[in-house]
Amino acid sequence: MKLQARNRWIPMPAQSFILFVVWLLLNNSVAPGQILLGAFLAWTIPLLVSPMQARQPRVLRHGLAVRYTFMVMYDIVVANFEVAMRVLGPNRRLNPAFVAIPLDLEGDLPITLLASTISLTPGTVSTEVSEDRRWLYVHALHLENETALIEQIKSRYEAPLKEIFGC
Amino acid sequence: MSTTVELIVSAFLLMGGSFVLLGSFGLLKLPDFFTRLHAPTKATTLGLAGLLIGSMIYFFAAEQRLMVHELLITLFLLITAPVSAHMLAKTALHHQVKSLQRTQGRSLAESARERQAPSFSEDTNL
Repeated sequence: MKLQARNRWIPMPAQSFILFVVWLLLNNSVAPGQILLGAFLAWTIPLLVSPMQARQPRVLRHGLAVRYTFMVMYDIVVANFEVAMRVLGPNRRLNPAFVAIPLDLEGDLPITLLASTISLTPGTVSTEVSEDRRWLYVHALHLENETALIEQIKSRYEAPLKEIFGC
Repeated sequence: MSTTVELIVSAFLLMGGSFVLLGSFGLLKLPDFFTRLHAPTKATTLGLAGLLIGSMIYFFAAEQRLMVHELLITLFLLITAPVSAHMLAKTALHHQVKSLQRTQGRSLAESARERQAPSFSEDTNL
């Protein structure tokens, strides 16, 4: 984890860029006025909020991060069909469960990303993380094999995140 | 607008609509709070994706311009859905909302509420 080099006038260049693009997308135009206003907002908002920034680990492997995003999108589609089937099936065939997943990840940002991924993908919602950040509690809509679920989450989502952030 | 485009747009709208309906149906039908949480976080994501893709294609074909608001909506949805699901689950844990009797690992809900490491005394299936 190393702190980004700080520039006094443009303290958060990446965030400034995202703000600028989102502003143009929201207005759906590239008129000079909108570009000027967008640039102004993208410059001043980071100036105001940069002191509130918390240190986060940086993305080390960009290619893997992009691949991870697409994998998660695919899994979201699969998850939707799976949950739809379960919703249509009878309630008595559901096998809900709480599961505790041991975490190897460190840092708030990677854990948040993992928890969000779990919430969006097949049959699981993250409910809570233990105070020492070593356990993630997950509620599964239908559990068949606890060890298999933990194994799947660890290898499919946690391992790539670990590599992406190098922690 | 040609018939083909109309058909494609309708297909997306129908698919999106059915998934959103399924999500709401799940909310009504599933047995306890924690299982209900699953329906709106998942089924709705794909439902909205369908509606948004349909809308994008429609505006592209009808007005010959690219609408990108839909992509932003998708982005915001993907960021906020897990967070709200997490907040709901956390609140349920603290209010000790009853989970279904046959839920496995119910003792874990205790340690989750206290944000402690799980105690495996009652769980023999690990």
